[in-house]
Amino acid sequence: MKEVIHTPVQHVEEEEYNINMGPQHPSTHGVLRLLVTLQGEIVAKLQPHCGYIHRGIEKMCEKDTYPQLIHLTDRMDYLSAHINNHAICLLVEDALQIEVPERVKYIRTIIDELTRIQSHQLWWSSFGMDLGGLTCFFYGLRDREKILDIFEESCGSRLLHSYYTPGGLMWDIHPNFQKSVKDFIKYFRKKIKDYERILSGNVIFRERSRGIGVLTKEDAISYGITGPSGRASGFSCDVRKHYPYAMYDKVQFKEVLHTEGDTLQRYLARMEEMYESMKIIEQLIDNIPEGDHQVKMKAVLKLPAGEYYQRVESARGHLGVYCISDGNKTPYRMKFRSPSFVNLSVLDHISRNTKIADLVAIGASLDLVIPDIDR
Amino acid sequence: MKFDIYDFTSFNQWVDKLLYDALPPVWALIVEMTIIGLAFLLFYALVGLFLVYAERKVCAFMQNRLGPNRVGPFGIFQTIADFIKLLMKELITIKNSDKFLFNLAPFIVIIASFMAIAAIPFAKGLHAIDFDIGILYVIAVSSLGVVGVLLAGWSSNNKYSLIGAMRSGAQIISYELSVGMSLLTIIVLAGTMQFSAIVEGQADGWFIFKGHIPAFIAFVIFLIASTAETNRGPFDLAEAESELTAGFHTEYSGIKFAFFFLAEYMNMFIVASIAATVFLGGWMPFHVGGWAGLNHVMDYIPPFVWYFGKTMFVIWLMMWFKWTFPRLRIDQLLNLEWKYLLPINLFNILLMAFVVLMGWHF
Amino acid sequence: MDIDKLKEKVIALVPEAELEENKQFLTFYIPAAKAHEFALRLRNDEDLAFDYLFCLTGVDMPKFLTVVYHLTSTRHDHSIVIKVKTENRETPVVDTVCDIWRTAEFLEREVYDLLGIRFSNHPDMRRIFLDESWVGYPLRKDYTDEVNIIEL
Repeated sequence: MKEVIHTPVQHVEEEEYNINMGPQHPSTHGVLRLLVTLQGEIVAKLQPHCGYIHRGIEKMCEKDTYPQLIHLTDRMDYLSAHINNHAICLLVEDALQIEVPERVKYIRTIIDELTRIQSHQLWWSSFGMDLGGLTCFFYGLRDREKILDIFEESCGSRLLHSYYTPGGLMWDIHPNFQKSVKDFIKYFRKKIKDYERILSGNVIFRERSRGIGVLTKEDAISYGITGPSGRASGFSCDVRKHYPYAMYDKVQFKEVLHTEGDTLQRYLARMEEMYESMKIIEQLIDNIPEGDHQVKMKAVLKLPAGEYYQRVESARGHLGVYCISDGNKTPYRMKFRSPSFVNLSVLDHISRNTKIADLVAIGASLDLVIPDIDR
Repeated sequence: MKFDIYDFTSFNQWVDKLLYDALPPVWALIVEMTIIGLAFLLFYALVGLFLVYAERKVCAFMQNRLGPNRVGPFGIFQTIADFIKLLMKELITIKNSDKFLFNLAPFIVIIASFMAIAAIPFAKGLHAIDFDIGILYVIAVSSLGVVGVLLAGWSSNNKYSLIGAMRSGAQIISYELSVGMSLLTIIVLAGTMQFSAIVEGQADGWFIFKGHIPAFIAFVIFLIASTAETNRGPFDLAEAESELTAGFHTEYSGIKFAFFFLAEYMNMFIVASIAATVFLGGWMPFHVGGWAGLNHVMDYIPPFVWYFGKTMFVIWLMMWFKWTFPRLRIDQLLNLEWKYLLPINLFNILLMAFVVLMGWHF
Repeated sequence: MDIDKLKEKVIALVPEAELEENKQFLTFYIPAAKAHEFALRLRNDEDLAFDYLFCLTGVDMPKFLTVVYHLTSTRHDHSIVIKVKTENRETPVVDTVCDIWRTAEFLEREVYDLLGIRFSNHPDMRRIFLDESWVGYPLRKDYTDEVNIIEL
């Protein structure tokens, strides 16, 4: 075995200077510190420093029972909270070989897709704001409030819901759920055209994002970039298509793939995903079967000894949960393969030789949620 | 006293006569200059206050919210509250900064905008100085502001400020060309650089209508270029908060920051009033040459209402596109100027000259 | 490629590989000395073509430390799990795979940070979440911290 190499912190050539973006910065979407080495306006290299919101969730999971640690997963990628919960629930249900009722699968799929739309709405708002179109922030959040109202009615809270439990849902959906969701889809189909007029069709925006931060398909696979960022480079990695769960194998939707992998394509991939999510919801919302909202589970859940890997498609990409159980009621080791952490690793590679203004656009197009990076 | 709301010349002459009768000529002159200076200071402060409030309300309505509505009815005292707060803030002194330049920079910016506003006609007779090279003077003097910006960025001893100031300097110097040339187009049409003559010349129709195509192109270019000049709208990367915190005025606090802030709004006002004067007729009501009836009706509205109305309209346009568009990057901005606006401008001047020679204007 | 053929191919490449029974994916323990070369074969071989490393985990098992690699092939759509273990708890060292799969750069830094396993030839072997001056590796089972951890 060869020797271990230890690199110094940041080596600066002549005519270069270091600038800190963050941890408090209007456009790094959370507490992330980017140590950028610049030559004039051009980025020479970039080093992300994370860990400002590292809470030791993996260590805490070793002391919590499975229903308890669902609440911890909410707080990882708080914008795809339901999807994170779904991962743990599927893990436990597969391990204990429990079959959830059809009703639960329908509701989980609909709520997952609403979560995805809501996450992309927030992403769109902050993307516009980072590029200078501050009005986008208000428009996106105004429409996102409608989804949050639906969540508040049925799941009990606007953010960090912990609505799914192993075996089903915490409680049944509100009687207004179907109507609210259908009203929202009708409303949002009109509003999303506004979004396209404000940003997608704007020539300034296109010039700021076309050809910036190109990620090739080989690099996307090698770096493991999943989600809309990876699919914009042509890497077909949608977990809903390749390893379907819940109702995803029974609905028709397209996996949105582009080829060039620049910022504009990543942007367009997310916008099209919002359309696809609405299509999925429309196929399911009228046909929710009657039934129980929960399977009767034992009070104490003990997973049989072994290793389990469950993957779901969160709004940011492939979220994987790797659990090693030794037969107790708490896991022996719980590892979360978080999409934002992996997506962050490519930021240095694709932003070399771009300008600072482009760095902001690239960072926004990768859609990083910092608590997901740090766990 | 003859106070005619339609023509201030008689009022001016009355005040003049009063002073010269009462005091020796030197003192009368000094008192006159003091009165005009104080009037401008007051006007400056009031317009600044109003514009800050207007911006917040306009942008709030575009963003589907209400804006300030607690301090006073409809929030009209909000800006006063803000300025009192800024006055009471601690003036943070930075280590290792060039103190003289650091303190001088905001003043240069304010002085530049003050000097420009002196030459603009607010109504018939309400005109501080009527140079016969009025437009040239205004352009020359408002470009002094860039010195203030560069000094602010340099003397702050801060990487972010320096980057912001350099960007801003490059931007302002480039766009001055476009501003000058679009005004040149109208000078070709008007035949004079004197502001009062330009306004009088629009008595039978505003230049934007009289000069049809070239004048309209010049108006659009002037709007774009002057938004870039004042570091506003889609060209505000010098103070892009989402990238470099606050650009060249990061290190300023309290009253000095208030100066930069105020100067930016006043620059916007000046640029809008030049646009209103040169393209839209200044204080001249909307006349159509030959339609005496319409002209007579339009004359009922006092000239300074026309002037402020037009200026506010142009300001509203500038606010509208600040809050709609994302920001341009520095190289795209400079590209826009040197590769697109400049050639179009040059061609436009030729076109206008041709139109004037052939007499194809109204 | 189906499971049995894959099994045969792996055993042909590394005879010392130990198969783990009854797991979700085909799982092998590979001796540490052969790990890097085997990983290179996994990616470059036409029939295997494991180009997507989707999870890299460090585990503190009772008797040894192990690194678990979850791999899948985008071309052939098969998956495999490779485990490399080391019994040395004071200075565990494993060969890096970040020259093969670039995603490993950050994932290996995380394993080093939380479990203490160093990766030789890694271009930037430092802690990623915790401070440079932090002592100890929190995810280890024998890690104690009176200030930050409350034992109930």
